[in-house]
Amino acid sequence: MKTKSNIERILESGGFVVTSECGPPRGADPEVIRKKGALLKGVVDAVNVTDNQTSVVRMSSFASCIILKEMGFDPILQMVCRDRNRIAIQSDILGAAALGINNMLCLSGDHQKFGDHPKAKNVFDMDSVQMINTVKTMRDDGKFVGGEEVKGKPMLFIGAAENPFADPFEIRAARLGKKAKAGVEFIQTQCIYNIERFERWMGMVRDRGLQEKVAILGGVTPFKSVGMARYMKNQVPGMDVPDEMIERMKGVPKEKQPEEGIKICVETIQKLKEIPGVRGIHIMAIEWEEKVAEIAKAAGLLPRPQLQAA
Amino acid sequence: MIVGNRKSLEEILEMIKSYKKVLLLGCNECVTVCAAGGEREVGVLASELKLWSSKEGQEIEIREQTLERQCDHEYIEQIRPFIGDYEVILSMACGAGVQYVAEKYRTKPVLPAINTSFLGVTLEQGVWSERCQGCGTCILDKTGGICPIARCAKSLLNGPCGGSSNGKCEVDKETDCGWQMIVDRLKELGQLDRYEEIIPIKDWTTSRDGGPRKRIREDLKL
Repeated sequence: MKTKSNIERILESGGFVVTSECGPPRGADPEVIRKKGALLKGVVDAVNVTDNQTSVVRMSSFASCIILKEMGFDPILQMVCRDRNRIAIQSDILGAAALGINNMLCLSGDHQKFGDHPKAKNVFDMDSVQMINTVKTMRDDGKFVGGEEVKGKPMLFIGAAENPFADPFEIRAARLGKKAKAGVEFIQTQCIYNIERFERWMGMVRDRGLQEKVAILGGVTPFKSVGMARYMKNQVPGMDVPDEMIERMKGVPKEKQPEEGIKICVETIQKLKEIPGVRGIHIMAIEWEEKVAEIAKAAGLLPRPQLQAA
Repeated sequence: MIVGNRKSLEEILEMIKSYKKVLLLGCNECVTVCAAGGEREVGVLASELKLWSSKEGQEIEIREQTLERQCDHEYIEQIRPFIGDYEVILSMACGAGVQYVAEKYRTKPVLPAINTSFLGVTLEQGVWSERCQGCGTCILDKTGGICPIARCAKSLLNGPCGGSSNGKCEVDKETDCGWQMIVDRLKELGQLDRYEEIIPIKDWTTSRDGGPRKRIREDLKL
């Protein structure tokens, strides 16, 4: 084991990992994080904390991670390339490691156009592949991007995202290959609704033997309503929601739709568990954290292994 | 070429309304080709200003002049004989031209009549598109001749991101995904294997990040 990450420990012992996420509030109230965290207690092995997702300003991922850490979680620090240059990124990596954060998820980040500050200047000094390599080089070689020695290596377990549903499909496994080459250790995928396409992608991943190098956690998000399903299909870039999913949601009365959404989510998890190379599930219940426990239980993912004291 | 876009009449009036003698200065290079600040556009803007002045009862004298270039000393010197007759220069050149004219006539306000947009090409009559950001270290050999810095909204060197959908960028459905184009072109060239190479983190010192840039060719200096 390289790090004190709970998910690294579970993966190394051959276990199946469950993660979820916690979106920080649009304000300075730490209780929001504590309340969301309380809903995930005993349900997940690690919690992602999003980094100003959809480019909307929120409490920093770093600070929110610390609040969750104090609650006994193993947080996953998400970091996007949009807002920081290599100086800020490396500085935050050191700070995160110093405060006991064990995991980091390297992301490009949504374009600022989608958020509440579309007039902002973006950074993109590096991309997510290069960010992966930056963390790895700091941790394993003790070197900064600039070549100087890191005194006290940041022992972070390195993650990234991958979207099997984005285009061009033919290079999606190759792109994962680049991330693997750069040093990524776990991947959380974009929300999976089109299982058939996901299986095709996993086939390409296995053809390259990437599932041996990188632990792939399948991402799922329950629909709250047919409206949400339609929104995901039509408005969220890189999201693939098959028509039959929309039909299925539409086919039940409005008050039963949340239940149906959860049912679809649980069925998806059960299918994912059977796909060779899938090493875990990442449940993204967007502003619906109270349902994660129910989903995990129904999908047979509970109980979770005991968290070891770091 | 450098592509520019003329400012609105309102914006231009806001800048020049306190002046009565205006030298309106076009440029015969890039901004002529992209129809933003050449002789023709100088004429159009002058007419608009005159129309406004007669309507508002404001007295304004405008001299129309278009230089071969506003980025070369010798052409900028051509206005020296009569520059004293004008209170202000309204330049229709790119930002480089505006500044170079200002450097030469230090006591004369030089105002920009166009917004300098990008380095690009003519796609069709009346349509221009960005191609280059002048980063100073070209990697087009690695990316099938399509620049990820200029043509990916996130300038990803190892794209595409998860927002590429049906060949389009997540930023808007009218914009092509730069990395989709790179992949397509690499395929056409039979070089898709190049996609597998990780492009390392970029040295931005040759770009704007390194501070204002200068290039010196000793062999050409007089």
